[in-house]
Amino acid sequence: MMVTPVVLSFLFPLMGTLILAFSAGRLGPRASSVIGVGSVGLAALATLWAVMGHGGGTEGVTLWTWIAVGDFQPTIGLAVDGLALVMMSVITGVGFLIHLFAAWYMTGEAGITRFYAWMNLFVFSMMLLVLGDNLLLLFLGWEGVGLCSYGLIGYYYQGLDNARAAFKAFVVTRIGDVFLALGLFLIFMELGTLDIATVLARAPELWAEGSATANLAALLVLGGALGKSAQVPLHTWLPDAMAGPTPVSALIHAATMVTAGVYLIARLNGLFLLAPDVMLLVGVIGAVSLLLAAFAALAQTDIKRVLAYSTMSQIGYMFFALGVGAFDAAIFHLVTHAFFKALLFLSAGAVIISCHHEQDMGKLGGLWRKLPVAYGGFVVGGAALVALPLVSAGFFSKDEILWQAMAAERTGLLIAGLLGAVLTGIYTVRLILGTFHGEPGSDHARHPEPGTSVFTHHLPLVVLAVLSTFIGAWIYPGLGGLFPEAPGDTVETGHTLLQVLAMGAAIAGLALAGWLFLMRRSWLDNITDKGAGAGLWKLWHHAWGFDALFDRALVRPWQWSVRMLRFDFINLFMNLPALIARAFNAGLVRSQNGRTRSYAVVMVFGTTVILLALALAPGGGA
Amino acid sequence: MILVWLILIPFLGGLLCWQAERWGEQAPRWIALATMLFVLVISVLLWLGGNFSLPGNGESQWLLEWRVDWIPRFGIEIHLALDGLSLILVALTGFLGALAVLCSWHEIAHRVGFFHLNLLFILGGVVGVFLALDLFLFFLFWEMMLVPMYFLIALWGHSGSPGQTRIRAATRFFIYTQASGLLMLVAILALVFVHYSNTGELSFSYDVLRGTDVPEPLAFWLMLGFFIAFAVKLPVVPFHGWLPDAHAQAPTAGSVDLAGILLKTAAYGMIRFALPLFPEQSAAFAPVAMTLGLVGIIYGAVLACGQQDIKRLIAYTSISHMGFVLIALYSGSELAIQGAIILMVAHAFSSAGLFILSGQLYERIHTRDMRTMGGLWSRIPVLPGFTLCFVAASLGMPATANFVGEFMVLFGTFPSAPVVVVIASVGLVLAAIYSLLLMQRVHYGPEYRPGPLKGPDAREYGMMLTLLVLTIAVGLYPQPLLDTTAAVAAPVAELFTDGADLAARAGEVN
Amino acid sequence: MNGIPMEHGLILASILFSLGLAGLMLRRSMLFVLMSLEVMLNSAALAFVVGATAWNQPDGQAMFLLVITLAAAEASVGLALMIQLYQRYRSLDLDAASRMRG
Repeated sequence: MMVTPVVLSFLFPLMGTLILAFSAGRLGPRASSVIGVGSVGLAALATLWAVMGHGGGTEGVTLWTWIAVGDFQPTIGLAVDGLALVMMSVITGVGFLIHLFAAWYMTGEAGITRFYAWMNLFVFSMMLLVLGDNLLLLFLGWEGVGLCSYGLIGYYYQGLDNARAAFKAFVVTRIGDVFLALGLFLIFMELGTLDIATVLARAPELWAEGSATANLAALLVLGGALGKSAQVPLHTWLPDAMAGPTPVSALIHAATMVTAGVYLIARLNGLFLLAPDVMLLVGVIGAVSLLLAAFAALAQTDIKRVLAYSTMSQIGYMFFALGVGAFDAAIFHLVTHAFFKALLFLSAGAVIISCHHEQDMGKLGGLWRKLPVAYGGFVVGGAALVALPLVSAGFFSKDEILWQAMAAERTGLLIAGLLGAVLTGIYTVRLILGTFHGEPGSDHARHPEPGTSVFTHHLPLVVLAVLSTFIGAWIYPGLGGLFPEAPGDTVETGHTLLQVLAMGAAIAGLALAGWLFLMRRSWLDNITDKGAGAGLWKLWHHAWGFDALFDRALVRPWQWSVRMLRFDFINLFMNLPALIARAFNAGLVRSQNGRTRSYAVVMVFGTTVILLALALAPGGGA
Repeated sequence: MILVWLILIPFLGGLLCWQAERWGEQAPRWIALATMLFVLVISVLLWLGGNFSLPGNGESQWLLEWRVDWIPRFGIEIHLALDGLSLILVALTGFLGALAVLCSWHEIAHRVGFFHLNLLFILGGVVGVFLALDLFLFFLFWEMMLVPMYFLIALWGHSGSPGQTRIRAATRFFIYTQASGLLMLVAILALVFVHYSNTGELSFSYDVLRGTDVPEPLAFWLMLGFFIAFAVKLPVVPFHGWLPDAHAQAPTAGSVDLAGILLKTAAYGMIRFALPLFPEQSAAFAPVAMTLGLVGIIYGAVLACGQQDIKRLIAYTSISHMGFVLIALYSGSELAIQGAIILMVAHAFSSAGLFILSGQLYERIHTRDMRTMGGLWSRIPVLPGFTLCFVAASLGMPATANFVGEFMVLFGTFPSAPVVVVIASVGLVLAAIYSLLLMQRVHYGPEYRPGPLKGPDAREYGMMLTLLVLTIAVGLYPQPLLDTTAAVAAPVAELFTDGADLAARAGEVN
Repeated sequence: MNGIPMEHGLILASILFSLGLAGLMLRRSMLFVLMSLEVMLNSAALAFVVGATAWNQPDGQAMFLLVITLAAAEASVGLALMIQLYQRYRSLDLDAASRMRG
């Protein structure tokens, strides 16, 4: 029976949240950690149980009907299939390792109970997102993870910048969410249901391929996916979101939440296949994002921001895969990316804590001897990130994506993908060299305190490192049967050529980076210091200036209108009757001056007027 | 007879509170609490025992009915009736009434007995509004809520910044609602006289007047009279001026009642009276009403962002939320109207929660100015967590009742007015902005002043927890509420389709 | 009762009335205001007497008595007020007594 483990897998984190939230400070840091980590560990075990017990196909269970009015019958119902199980495994498995690492990372921080309450709530929401059998429940999880992301980015609440980053992350993703919500309205109006399986079955019956409605629906859903997955143009929140604690960045902003958009499009594949133009747009946005982000990653000095842009770039690859119809390849890359990016972030976390919260590459360096575990994590994770041929997990998934693009004959996208691979090599080498080699840039880096805890520090890093090698690619089950046929499934010619090309791109990137950073360091510094090079550096450092653009185009007009309207001008109009009454009052009060003589004058005047009127009126007087 | 008791109990309780002051300060509080809980218990019992399925042919649409002649010469009778919608709102009144008593436990220190007299008289008037079916009686209760509310604001309010005194706010509240009430009275009288000249029968009865055939231009003006009367109370944008002031200056209990219940009387009035009495005119008026709703959503949200007074901010968010309700009522969709009812309940919970929280903050730091807050997260235990929960509810986070309400409204309205829904959805983003802005200004950032503050005591914790549990319960399982009001929402939704049919048929004849 | 035509009497009455009215409107001193009032009352009384004579009606004479009584009462109240005014403000200026700020 599938129901029990599946329900348990998200009930454990929920219970963890509730216990932590209502403990009201009575739990010590140790107890909080045990509960926070334990609940996700139990969820991981339950997921394992569910995976073992899964008999293939889709198994569903409806817990209760959420709302029932007429045709509108969304349920609290779960649908478990291969895709959901893969996602659940990533969320709870990687999630558990990250929680475990957080126990080391967060030692000594204030409010550790709050931290774990949010983290557990996040796991719960993410599980609902992937398990929901209808779009409204998916939306519940979708918004829930956004809220948790908000809470965790703003975890260090005393810095106003952190609060602002959290705010920005929530509002920007919310803009995407509104598109998704509109998509749901449209889907419900046209198809009369929100149940995912029914939607996918009815859509091809009712909508012609390429019809305006299908395009619009796919476009709106895509809008939601762009916001959550930090793709151009709704990507500006992700680098700022690094203000949260590093385990949060690893779990939410690398491994799971930001890939929710990929999951959503893969889940609604039938809808997107009806809208070929939108599919192409997905691919193009993916390609653009991966290139923009890769260039931006070249010019960052904060190690977490490098990783943030690299995340955006890798998700660009996933969108790229979705865009060419290779849904399985996208999910494959999602999984391997979750492994190696979590590893990179946790290793970065290890460096940051060891160096007393120093995360500027200029102030790090020379750490490779002193922090061997973190260094190992960076090397293995970096290898997977650049898709080092044959030994890394990233190679297999990225190769699959590029191959599908080639098979789909999207040459432009393919070239962008290969160029991205070269750039990935360069920024990864730059990151590792800048952090671990060269001279230490500050006292913190000269005297780091390496993590010593075997269980909470070494274990997560080592497990993730193992998963980031070819082993990680090897355990991915393959979901080909769940998705429509991908372009590369039928074609065979050219696969070898492509593999050679991909290997070449990765190695070229590494070689170029090695040459640039090891042999031509001073020349490089010269270029970036002045002239066009410096301009380019600045442009890339600010990620092509999207933030400034949005600031001018949206934020400032908004703030201006808030300032203008603050005094409620419509209400001032409603005060008009009051003003008129007051004017009359002012006029009449003047006559009430207490001077007998003026009263007499007015009286005489009035009497005269009345008498005259009587005398002159027709029929009056004499 | 039980309906009469529902109305009488708060009034009797109020008088008792007033007299009980001589036995000490605590006596009125306990009596008031018991009174409101009594109302709550009665309505919950009625709910448990009720059958809310759609009435069959010939069956009464009312669950309970009670009528006696009052002034037979003018056809005025005391006609009370209860259906699913009134029942839910009466139960809500009882619940929020109890909360209002609880949240003023320490806040109100002088003239405690008279305070509770006023509070309970408001609630009694509100229950009357929800039950009255005779238009004259309805008007009576409608006006009856205002006077005690005036005293509540004027006598126990906070004097805010210079020029924004509580007396001024109270007067403004009174003038707005009184003037709108006058419009309604004129419309009621005109309707009665039209019916009189048609049939020679003088009657204020809802059932009788529903069938009145009003000549065309007049019918539109009468509809407008009712609409404006309710629009002022909802409030709809050009008529919203009283709300921020009244909320900001009122004591916490007053704000809770205003936002939680008094605004709902307007939506109730629209569902019960404005729409069924003038279905065709309302259908024709729908685009205007929806536009006003949109303006309210956007305008309220923008203004909320610009406020420095925390209670004014929450007040403006009410305008924004009520915009959704207005859109839903004029959408002619059962789903949307059901959503509006859920949203009314949800808004009552979430705004009551936020107002109570700001009252608790005021008790601790003696200011409502958000510029002098900041960094409270580290200074007060527990409360910031609750604030975040209610803020999340206010921005329509799924799993809260607000989400269910807003999304049902939007899902229901989309087929008939997609453009309206698209614009209203912008309100969802703005809701996120103003809600989080509140959170950020109050609780995030560096500490404005150092030093820990007292956490919530059992009373405060209990209130917050109850509200939160209800919000989430309705958010995850709204079906009991939906079943209760289905019999009310469906006919209202049909009014519009029937009206459209009639208009179409009239067009064919012409 | 011949000799003086009624018009002459009425013209005199109206001249007296106008003089009184002008005094009432123009003078500041309360004493003169009271005197003007007296003049106006008496002019009205004169008009009554003239009218009564012209039409041989006793009502006019009766009205005259009433007016005189009224004038006496008015003078007593007015003078009492005047004394009060003087005691409070040390002045008979009526405008000085105005406390209204319109």
